Amino acid sequence: MDIIKPDSGDIAILGEKLTEASKNRLGYLPEERGLYRKLTVMDSIIYLASLKGMDSRSARKKADELLNQTGMLLHERKKIDELSKGMGQIIQFIVTIIHDPELIILDEPFSGLDPVNTELLKKLIIDLRNQGKAVVLSTHQMNQVEELCDRILMIDNGRNVLYGNPTEIKSKYRSNSVILDFEGELGQVLGVTEKRAHKGYVELVLDANTTPKQVLERLVSTGIIINRFEVATPSMNEIFLEVAGKNYE
Amino acid sequence: MNKTLLIFRHEFLHTIKRTGFIILTLALPVLALLGIGIFHIVSGVTRPPTEVTKIGYVDKAGGFDQFATQGNITLVRFDTPEAATQVLIKKDIGEYFIIPPDFISTGIISRYTTQRELTPSAATTAAIKNFISSNLLAGKVPTTTITRVEAPLYLVTTTLTSTGAVAPKQGGFGNFIIPAIFGAMLALALVFTSTYVLQSLAEEKENRLMEILLSSVSTRQLLTGKVLGLGAAGMVQVIVWVVSIPLLLNLASSSIGGFLSTIQITPSLLVLGVVYFILGYSLFAVLSAGVAAISSTVREAQGLASIYTLFPIAPFWFLSLLLLAPSSPIWIVFSIFPFSAPVLVMLRLGLTGVPAWQLVVSIAVLVLSIIGGLLLAVRLLRTYVLMYGKRPGIGEIIRNLRVK
Repeated sequence: MDIIKPDSGDIAILGEKLTEASKNRLGYLPEERGLYRKLTVMDSIIYLASLKGMDSRSARKKADELLNQTGMLLHERKKIDELSKGMGQIIQFIVTIIHDPELIILDEPFSGLDPVNTELLKKLIIDLRNQGKAVVLSTHQMNQVEELCDRILMIDNGRNVLYGNPTEIKSKYRSNSVILDFEGELGQVLGVTEKRAHKGYVELVLDANTTPKQVLERLVSTGIIINRFEVATPSMNEIFLEVAGKNYE
Repeated sequence: MNKTLLIFRHEFLHTIKRTGFIILTLALPVLALLGIGIFHIVSGVTRPPTEVTKIGYVDKAGGFDQFATQGNITLVRFDTPEAATQVLIKKDIGEYFIIPPDFISTGIISRYTTQRELTPSAATTAAIKNFISSNLLAGKVPTTTITRVEAPLYLVTTTLTSTGAVAPKQGGFGNFIIPAIFGAMLALALVFTSTYVLQSLAEEKENRLMEILLSSVSTRQLLTGKVLGLGAAGMVQVIVWVVSIPLLLNLASSSIGGFLSTIQITPSLLVLGVVYFILGYSLFAVLSAGVAAISSTVREAQGLASIYTLFPIAPFWFLSLLLLAPSSPIWIVFSIFPFSAPVLVMLRLGLTGVPAWQLVVSIAVLVLSIIGGLLLAVRLLRTYVLMYGKRPGIGEIIRNLRVK
């Protein structure tokens, strides 16, 4: 975004070298957020939108629309100073997307937000994705990654250590085990090398020659009541810990 | 609209709407008006009354019987102090004095009044003094000599140029006061306006708005728009002050009079005032931008800025030395030194004048300093925009700036 110059190499944004015109196609929400505290909500939005190439009239029209969508229209004449932190973050998000950018970079967008505003923001991000916008979400919250991301890039010490779509990555990091919630007596099951008890379910670790399908068939034949059976995939959080842990070693 | 222009407009409008800015802009003319008003009230109280005032006297020395009318004051003779006291109590006279028999050798005059006062009024003192001296000289010298003794001289000084012609600028307080006011205003405007730049940038860095701005505009656009916008706001302040000065001086000279009525603002002074404001402001603004860049908080930036904002004020600390030896080489050096030049040149213009070569060198040094300062500020902003926490030391700054 031309905030700091690269030490080496070139940066291409949307397929071209960054220029003043291409800056208008970017939307950036930094992690540490701030607005002009003495300006009103509407004035702040219009000014920052104008720096992205919007004229005042269309900025006001779009601002009205977004404020209405986020339930903030009532506060348009309030000074930023008078807003709560969450409300300020919503305004900042509006500033980030008001000019209809093609590439949106969101740095920890949910930090400090209450659950209601978090859901609101998630919905807005998903809407943007559905409109075909490229949204880069930088976060340490792996549950949000699982929920929102189509592709993941994990950077550790400036290096790419993990890249791909979540399903591929999960499958890659999958251990050969299944999750079982059952009623009855579970005896010895052929092909299961280890049983790990968790709260409300058991994780069965399979040997290399046994597939989940074979284990399911064997479990059915034992006569126990099966409430839940699924292939165990690691959460993104576990993958993060594993990958980051490797790099710390 | 061009992004620099957008930033310019935003900074200008945002600043001139600030309560602090409005108060500061109006403070100078309002305070001056207040001063003139207070002068009127005080002088109204102490001004000699227009109706005839009677002052009694008892002549024990003898010979003080002429010149009983001194302007609006009439001197009434009494034979004894008791008689004078009786009339004083009845308020037929405001006061009386006694000329003792040994007045010629002692010079003592005893004065009696029913009113408490710090000192006798100037009008009363002048009336008694002129009455005494006129009577002492009566018959011994011509009347014109008596008049001369009462008002011995009016000193009229004419300054000549090196060719012996009458100099266009005649000096004196009348000529010094405007450059001094300009200098003071310039110092205030430089300090306040560069503080706006400092606060604005440091605030944007502190609350991380800078990152959003720089994702929309370039560092150069941001700095240029900001410096010009805030400079224009400062210019509005100066214009309000400059426009109010002649009006206030007219008001003051018509009511206060004296040397104030001799004051004139020459076009060259006005032009130089504007030139030095623009250059001085630009220099302090780019310096403020650099300081804001390396500071994490507004408070930290203000602490650093307090060092260089002393320079415009410093010439006033040494005003007595400047008045004593206005042509000293030290003032020439500081007239060229960019941080003190704007204010010092203004002050020197009113005292002895400043040779053209010094003005040229001083302006050239200022322009070069501004260009250097701007390049430095842009690099500092680029380098330190995302750096927070501990302020970098000089060595670290130099090392970082050397890295391409």
